[in-house]
Amino acid sequence: MTTSLTFSNLACVRGGRVLFKGLNATLGPGEALLLTGPNGVGKSSLLRLIAGLLPAYAGKVTYDGRLALSDENPALDPRLPLAKALGYWAGMDGTGPGAVSDALDALDMARLAEVPVRLLSTGQRRRANLARVLASGADIWLLDEPGNGLDTASLALLERAIAAHRAQGGIVVVASHQPLGLTDAQALALEAAE
Amino acid sequence: MNAFLAILGRDLRLSLGSGGIGLPVVFFLLVATLYPFAVGPDGALLAKTGGGVLWVAALLAALLPIDRLIAPDAEAGVLDQYAVRGVGEEMIAAAKITAHWIGFGPPLMLAAIPASAMLRLDGETLAAVELGLLAGTPGLAALGVMVASLTAGLRRGGALAGLLMLPLAIPLIIFGAGSIGDFGGGAFRFLAASSLFLVAVAPFAAGAGIRALRE
Repeated sequence: MTTSLTFSNLACVRGGRVLFKGLNATLGPGEALLLTGPNGVGKSSLLRLIAGLLPAYAGKVTYDGRLALSDENPALDPRLPLAKALGYWAGMDGTGPGAVSDALDALDMARLAEVPVRLLSTGQRRRANLARVLASGADIWLLDEPGNGLDTASLALLERAIAAHRAQGGIVVVASHQPLGLTDAQALALEAAE
Repeated sequence: MNAFLAILGRDLRLSLGSGGIGLPVVFFLLVATLYPFAVGPDGALLAKTGGGVLWVAALLAALLPIDRLIAPDAEAGVLDQYAVRGVGEEMIAAAKITAHWIGFGPPLMLAAIPASAMLRLDGETLAAVELGLLAGTPGLAALGVMVASLTAGLRRGGALAGLLMLPLAIPLIIFGAGSIGDFGGGAFRFLAASSLFLVAVAPFAAGAGIRALRE
């Protein structure tokens, strides 16, 4: 099975308003897609739509591989130590504690493994959210504003993690305002429909 | 099955850690303590009405944990993450109902023992209440998760949850209190049937509620 992600003629309607329509993309192993556009144009909705959390108004999404989504919600138990909170999802993904410590290493968070999630700073929580995606072992990463609240060093780690994932044949879809160092990424600029 | 057990374990751990088990039990005991103060220390009257009071107390205690069953998971994005992993909403609901019952039913049955002493219930009545709770609390737990998923997206969902849940629990309380008088008779069977019905329906209703939360 080769990893792939395709959507064609995709449209999304939220609250009776057309957010976007006629979006197309085809991604193969190692490819990346960068979503850009002003606030409220539907970048997050597009990611949720690909993830299957929203129904498509028209068009369809097909993919081969497992998905992982990182949005603004941490989905980590605030009272648990970081490694355990991540371990819950890694367990469900069938990857286990080894993947969690690898992910924490990759994002330079190994020393925070025993710190309860509620004590993490905003930027650290953001990185924890990305660590959940790294530890999932998923083939297709959907990242919503992954660079928000990250310092320069963490941004570099994120770029390196994305590059490593692509080198292993993974697919990345990123919605971002900040320029991320994505080499030869396809770009999709969303603009207000109508 | 793996996901079912994972969700079950997580919800149990959360309810143990956050005092989610203690609160309904303390509330239940408090009602049993306050009732004799309100009607006076007439042993015969207490023994006659005490079983019904325990059922009302159990029903009200079931309302307390509703706001932490679904809403926190929806807000933290946990339900989204389940969905991305392809875990069915009905399975999430079934796991949550099971976890909620384990943290709610047996503790309440234990608390019914000291409560029955305060209400001067005799052994036979206590046995009927315990059997009734064993049959009825799964229905209450199912109802709780169902109502929690329907009200999770609303502001002040807690108040609405009470209004929604209490009428739906009427069969449980009628047959639950009714089963005390006629031990092992028709009322107990109806209690078990209504509870079973709720347990069977709730995962689907709660699953639809969880799906609707994503919109």
